[in-house]
Amino acid sequence: MRDNSKLIVLLIISFIFIGLFIGLGLTADNYQYFLSRRIPKVLAIVLAGIAIAQSSLAFQTITNNRILTPSIMGFDSLYLLIQVIIVVAFGRFSALILNDYINFALSVVIMMGFSLLLFAFYFRGEKQNLIGLLLLGVILGQLFSNVSSFFIMLMDPNNFAVVQSNMFASFNNINVDLVYLSTPLLILVVLDLYRMHRQLDVFWLDKDNAISLGVDVQKVTMRVLVLSATLIAISTALIGPIMFFGLLVTNLTRELFSTYQHKVLLIACSLLSIAALLSGEWIVENLFNFSTTLSIVINFIGGVYFLSMLLRNKVN
Amino acid sequence: MIKLEKLSKVFSENKVINNVTTEFEKGKVTSIIGPNGAGKSTLLSMASRLVNKDNGFVYINGKEISDWDNKDLAKKLAVLRQSNNVTMRFTVREMVSFGRFPYSQGKLTKDDLAVINNALKYLDLIKIQNKYLDQLSGGQRQLAYIAMVIAQDTDSIFLDEPLNNLDIKHSLQIMRNIQKLAHEMNKAVVVVIHDINFAACYSDVIIALKKGEIIASGKVKDVIQADVLESIYETPFNIVEVNGKRMCTYY
Repeated sequence: MRDNSKLIVLLIISFIFIGLFIGLGLTADNYQYFLSRRIPKVLAIVLAGIAIAQSSLAFQTITNNRILTPSIMGFDSLYLLIQVIIVVAFGRFSALILNDYINFALSVVIMMGFSLLLFAFYFRGEKQNLIGLLLLGVILGQLFSNVSSFFIMLMDPNNFAVVQSNMFASFNNINVDLVYLSTPLLILVVLDLYRMHRQLDVFWLDKDNAISLGVDVQKVTMRVLVLSATLIAISTALIGPIMFFGLLVTNLTRELFSTYQHKVLLIACSLLSIAALLSGEWIVENLFNFSTTLSIVINFIGGVYFLSMLLRNKVN
Repeated sequence: MIKLEKLSKVFSENKVINNVTTEFEKGKVTSIIGPNGAGKSTLLSMASRLVNKDNGFVYINGKEISDWDNKDLAKKLAVLRQSNNVTMRFTVREMVSFGRFPYSQGKLTKDDLAVINNALKYLDLIKIQNKYLDQLSGGQRQLAYIAMVIAQDTDSIFLDEPLNNLDIKHSLQIMRNIQKLAHEMNKAVVVVIHDINFAACYSDVIIALKKGEIIASGKVKDVIQADVLESIYETPFNIVEVNGKRMCTYY
């Protein structure tokens, strides 16, 4: 099957599940209520799917490897930590928690700061130190989640209830305001990434080759890191952390699509991600009757896949 | 024309390159030789902006390297390092097409396609142009990389150990092409090379480095001298002349 037909198949699958989620059981009497509940939910899944897929793909391209994703680098845990610290420091009635706009803006800014820190570390010496970057990210991610757990232990139950919704991936208590707030931001980021697609193609070559071909490697890397941080902030704020999902979709995309062009890969990865999230959530809701959650399924499959990649030595 | 002036590089108090002044001329193959750790690759990397210099100047067509715009410089100077960590599967043709990136930013025009075809023809890669690089032998892969550099169509080409791990046949093929690039297409070609005999047979100018300093530089017959090489490599040398070419025996 050619790449274009694969894209169309993924698009059709996505639309089928969007239709199922929105349309099933809709009648003339209940449609107002159902639509007001269902559209934000589907939209949130679509936005988060795009955000996770594109941030992971771009992140893997600039670091030139197949196993690093922003989630593995601790971006998800940082988001949770920010929420925990806000609640601990300012209480659950603070505007920083209650006002979605302020909360979201603050989270995005801090996560961008974190990505710049990683950037500075990555370009510190003469040689880019990928293993060092990976270790730093994993350790900081662990630190962030341990500090979060520490504060969560000390919290009073009411505060905990506020934080809890951020701890696990969930599609059932979507914050409607946040969905509409993040839509334009996501569109901007995605457009900006798309504009860089040809430069990202050159990143498949060695960094030295990319420089020789006139690509400003540092500038592009920094821009992609900042954009990735924004995308992860969006997806984590919308549905919560799904650690291995980015790894899973980027690598499946690479196996399904035989192209190196980011023009195709960015779109393919997003569609695959949307189709996987929607179909997975549909199965969890309708076959398992909510007895499990999608994030558990994804982390299980993703974790196994991650290990098999390490064993098959396909790390690069 | 590329001029290096008082170039220095320090890695943690260790002077890797110390006050090097030299130039690379158009239409000539310049080989940089020297023992391990002499700073050959560092010198080449500094002259091609892959590594930042600590001191000194690199003038490309009279303009200092840091004043050049990245994209414009990519049309004047191409560099190929010894190890290429490519994480994606490319065909030879796709790889060579990347050479046109400085001109078209990835959107290939008719002219670009013509240049790519010429580069493939020049190195006799037309037959394998649609093969993936990981299906090729090391020598063919190296030729594909060089074809990319040719497609970049620059006045200067820097190659860091292009013969690394290649057999004799491919080494010869690559050195002959390097010579053709300089003499037929009037480019300044600079190669870092370990095999002194290849350097002696195929270069116009040889620069010998030791501990970050130029010990000798000039025409082949001036540098390929027993006493010069002995002082660089700290090994007894014996120079013989075969068919007008100088050869070193050091076994």
